[in-house]
Amino acid sequence: MTRTTTTTRTTPAIGAAMTRIEGPDKVRGSATYAYEYPLDAVAYCCAVGSTIAHGRVRSTSADAIRQIPGVLEVLSHANAPRLAISDGSELAVLQSDRVAYRRQIVAAVVAESFEIATEAAGALEIEYDVEPFAVELKSDDPDLYRPDKVNPGFPTDTEAGDVDGALRSAAHVVDHTYRTPAYHNNPMEPHASIAVWEGDDLTVFDSNQGASPVRARLAELFGLPTGSVRVVSEHVGGGFGAKGLPRPVVVLAAMAARVVDRPVKIAVTREQMFAFVGYRTPTIQRVQLGADAGGRITAIAHDVIEQTSTIEEFAEQTAVATRMMYAGASRRTTHRLRRLDVPTPGWMRAPGECPGMFALESAVDELAIATRLDPIELRLRNDPPTDPETGAPFTSRNLEACLREGARLFGWSQRHAEPRARRDGRWLVGTGVAASTYPARARASKATAWARPDGSFDVELCAADIGTGARTALTQIAADALGAEPRRVRLGLGDTNFSEAPLAGGSMGTSSWGWAVTRACEGLRARLAAANGSVPVAGLAVEVDTKDEIERRAQRPAHAFGAQFAEVRVDEDTGEIRVARLLGVFAAGRIVNPMTARSQLIGGMTMGISMALLEASLLDREYGDYLNHDLAQYEIATCADVPMVEAHWIDERDDFVNPMGAKGVGEIGIVGTAAAIANATYNATGVRVRDLPIRLEKLIG
Amino acid sequence: MRRFEYLRPLDRARAVDLAANPEVKLLGGGTNLIDLMKIGVETPEILVDTTRLGLDEIESRVDGSLRIGASVRNTDVASDRRVRARFPVLSAAVLAGASGQLRNMATVGGNLLQRTRCAYFQDVTKACNKRKPGSGCPAQTGANRELAILGGSEHCIATHPSDMAVALRALDASVLVETEKGAQTIPLADFYRLPGDRPDIETNLPYGALIVAIDVPAPVDGARSSYMKVRDRASFGFALASVAGVLRVADGRVAHVALALGGVAPLPWRARIAEAHLMGAPADPDHFHAAIDAELQAAQPRPENAFKVTLARRMVVRVLTELVGRGEVGVAPS
Amino acid sequence: MTRISLTVNGEPRAVDIDSRVTVLDLLREHFGLTGAKKGCDRGQCGACTVLRDGRRVNSCLVLAVSADGSEIVSVEGLAGDSDLHPLQQSFLDHDAYQCGYCTPGQLCSAVGALAELAAGSPSVVTGEGSAPTLEPEEIRERMSGNLCRCAAYVNIVAAVYEAGRSA
Repeated sequence: MTRTTTTTRTTPAIGAAMTRIEGPDKVRGSATYAYEYPLDAVAYCCAVGSTIAHGRVRSTSADAIRQIPGVLEVLSHANAPRLAISDGSELAVLQSDRVAYRRQIVAAVVAESFEIATEAAGALEIEYDVEPFAVELKSDDPDLYRPDKVNPGFPTDTEAGDVDGALRSAAHVVDHTYRTPAYHNNPMEPHASIAVWEGDDLTVFDSNQGASPVRARLAELFGLPTGSVRVVSEHVGGGFGAKGLPRPVVVLAAMAARVVDRPVKIAVTREQMFAFVGYRTPTIQRVQLGADAGGRITAIAHDVIEQTSTIEEFAEQTAVATRMMYAGASRRTTHRLRRLDVPTPGWMRAPGECPGMFALESAVDELAIATRLDPIELRLRNDPPTDPETGAPFTSRNLEACLREGARLFGWSQRHAEPRARRDGRWLVGTGVAASTYPARARASKATAWARPDGSFDVELCAADIGTGARTALTQIAADALGAEPRRVRLGLGDTNFSEAPLAGGSMGTSSWGWAVTRACEGLRARLAAANGSVPVAGLAVEVDTKDEIERRAQRPAHAFGAQFAEVRVDEDTGEIRVARLLGVFAAGRIVNPMTARSQLIGGMTMGISMALLEASLLDREYGDYLNHDLAQYEIATCADVPMVEAHWIDERDDFVNPMGAKGVGEIGIVGTAAAIANATYNATGVRVRDLPIRLEKLIG
Repeated sequence: MRRFEYLRPLDRARAVDLAANPEVKLLGGGTNLIDLMKIGVETPEILVDTTRLGLDEIESRVDGSLRIGASVRNTDVASDRRVRARFPVLSAAVLAGASGQLRNMATVGGNLLQRTRCAYFQDVTKACNKRKPGSGCPAQTGANRELAILGGSEHCIATHPSDMAVALRALDASVLVETEKGAQTIPLADFYRLPGDRPDIETNLPYGALIVAIDVPAPVDGARSSYMKVRDRASFGFALASVAGVLRVADGRVAHVALALGGVAPLPWRARIAEAHLMGAPADPDHFHAAIDAELQAAQPRPENAFKVTLARRMVVRVLTELVGRGEVGVAPS
Repeated sequence: MTRISLTVNGEPRAVDIDSRVTVLDLLREHFGLTGAKKGCDRGQCGACTVLRDGRRVNSCLVLAVSADGSEIVSVEGLAGDSDLHPLQQSFLDHDAYQCGYCTPGQLCSAVGALAELAAGSPSVVTGEGSAPTLEPEEIRERMSGNLCRCAAYVNIVAAVYEAGRSA
């Protein structure tokens, strides 16, 4: 027995700019990602996508392909192992002959090498029965329907007051339709899995945002007890929502490994990243704002049209932020979907808020122009004291502070309200602002804290660090809860051998996992105190589950807020547009690690630059797939596009949202960014772009 | 990728020998060919690596021209002090293309022969007359924002992706090739073909030809040159439009002009009509406008790329105006 | 199968290889050096960047057979006998990465870019006829062949700039 002491340190770890724990591994190239686990006798799998958008697979040339030396097996619906589900999910891989969209997985080759697998996959011939398809989202489509709810469980429509009447009697009205194209998440690490069977036990090395949900789903699909499946996801090369749920490749890897009775690895190609791993739906959004002579909003309507697939329904909550952003006696939000012969859309960084706030915050800018008010002043006049939906007070709402502090830091007072008023040689220069918001929520999680006889601690839960800095932030949270130096705490995550935890998503990671870590560490500290600090050789552990605590707590509207300021330069001749400066101020509760939090915020804002100026997945109307399926044709911002991005935050601690007082910073950076840039573009050029991306042809006519 | 045999000859004679085989593809830096092999667009039986043939020198010649070996890497062309001093448009064009890594790999011979980045050409599951003659051209009514406004046909509107070749076209460069029958010089003006009804045939290279070098003739005395490229991303992107301009002004009038456009045509487009308008004309924006308008009379924009007409016009005027503004010898900036 | 010999991170290697194997897959699948990453496999993202004979290249587009006789340095070899290369330390100090997947390519690219800059090799933002100088605009342009979806760009530029200044 040894004694472990926990004392209250004077300097909390939370709030310190601690370098990422796994940083040295990442810069040395020794951090191991899913595809990189060395395994003997591993076979390579390559997925084959459909070349039709709708129909059935009639036959394949699998027999001929099996003759290629080095090919181990060709899988199709004809011979793939049966899963617990046969349809209704993107995960029903090779369970039927049905083709629901172009590039859907219809076959797979397993071979001795990557080169042989890709060669054989390319040579596989597939015959189809072709059926007509519809892939284009149109606002007047008679087949639009009203989903029962929108992601993850919001009411589809809301209505209060008399919107049409209020618009008729408003002194100022803005009524425009805004469009965002489809976007593909494109984390730098494509989805990858290695599956290894030992008897009926399955181990999967997988790139995901939540190993626990992947395990649960694999167990269900393969009819295994959860305990027979282990998922390891120690390092994950980004996700941005695309890895939030298990994707077909992890199922395919497990299936293929079963069939060839060897470990099998598979990585999604970049081209396939545009096919079956999710994307953000395109949106068509009509926003109507009515205001009185003093610029007070009297009516808000936000009507959204978006798409889903014929396989499963995903309804992005695009208008949901409009429900709480601004006051107005009359309000309406609606969402309508069209089932198309396309892949199922899904989560992408700030689903709902990201496209929705582009439309709303562009419309607010247009209202500022109509009312001749400064766009900051207009927002301040309409900053509601309580949640417009419920009348309940916000846990904290510091939008005003963000706008004011941002205006000061950015130098907003120097702005000319009139468009085309500033120039620098051939460049037209303009500035714009937009508000940001994102909900502050938490999911239940488990966590285990161990005291070791040597005075160190292990804190373990199946959280995910997809680049967010979760490993580091949770270490800091644990250290404070234990009253220990961070270097005495080892944080284990990304392995289902640890306590079950929710996925990384919805800016809920720190909140959900941190909550459980805090409780586990508090519990351990109490146990240690009760035991007078004595720790048995095997260690002393406390596991907690925050389910009850989270379910019991009172519900109140809780959101992070922010204000983003953009300066754009537009070449008057060519229409070339560059974001010279982007500055955001956020109210996101307590910042656990200013170094990693700043990185997340500027990362989100930079992705917002990409969204504003570059990104668009182009639909191929003739063939039915996304046409620009590589990183040369689907451009994302690169270094030269990003001269100056600054993120700041105001001092805020919201003790209602969780024990750490932190709201989460993963998504809010991308919310409102594109609107700030579009608003700045208008200020520079006098041209209002309502359909993203803002490309030069829209500015030179 | 399909299986292939890899051969790496160490002398030109052997390489020329090997090249006379329809199953052979010649490999330079690989930045385009290896990529096309990965996506199944190119499926050679034999790959002949031409990077170790000693064609990696840049040579100054007595007539003032520069001979750039076919295997010289793009970085080395752009960094060469002779190129920078005497052919700044060439250095600028090369540096405007691709990324640092790719320029370290890509050879000048390969750069000339790179294939279009048209989305349909790069997708073997779709029709493309260039890749599969007679299969159709979905770009005509499909995604054509990036594609040609000049020189296209109903069979193909792909653009040539090279920046370097645009500058070389304005510099009246020639391509030196060797075949089993001997050496041959092909002016760049005759090197590329318009698609017509055979978009699969892109050049007039003789059968089995090995590109040995590019000759860039001595610069015109007193002329200045520059390259302008417009793209969506600020770097690492193909041109929506680009302009290579060479201009000499004497007594306020155009004494020499060469204009080549990139990103708007199936080949680096020499604006001969505009040049004819400009020769001897006053070197001012009005005349520049009139000249490029005459050139662009022939433009056949598609729904998504009509903006390129405006863009190319404005770019040409800017390039020429800025060249005038550099204060040529004996010429006052207007 | 073709026999090739090359040097990887200072170590001579010889291997029989399918002619289709790229240097990237040679490192990752045959030599167990998984530092260089496969982000697109088509030269469009830069995650696979390594140094070949001292110059940065996209290893996904280099056939192993054509790298016969070359000297390859991947992220694992950057530090040599040191604990960390100064750029690696600078990336840590500036939080110039998030998920880390593009990081090895960024680092190799930065090593190459700083060497190119020091050698006077111009970029598109270098003034005509002038020698390039170490400044953020040059770094941004020169690092643009390396995409980062987490978008650590401003921190990457700061990290490379600081490392370049102290070199």
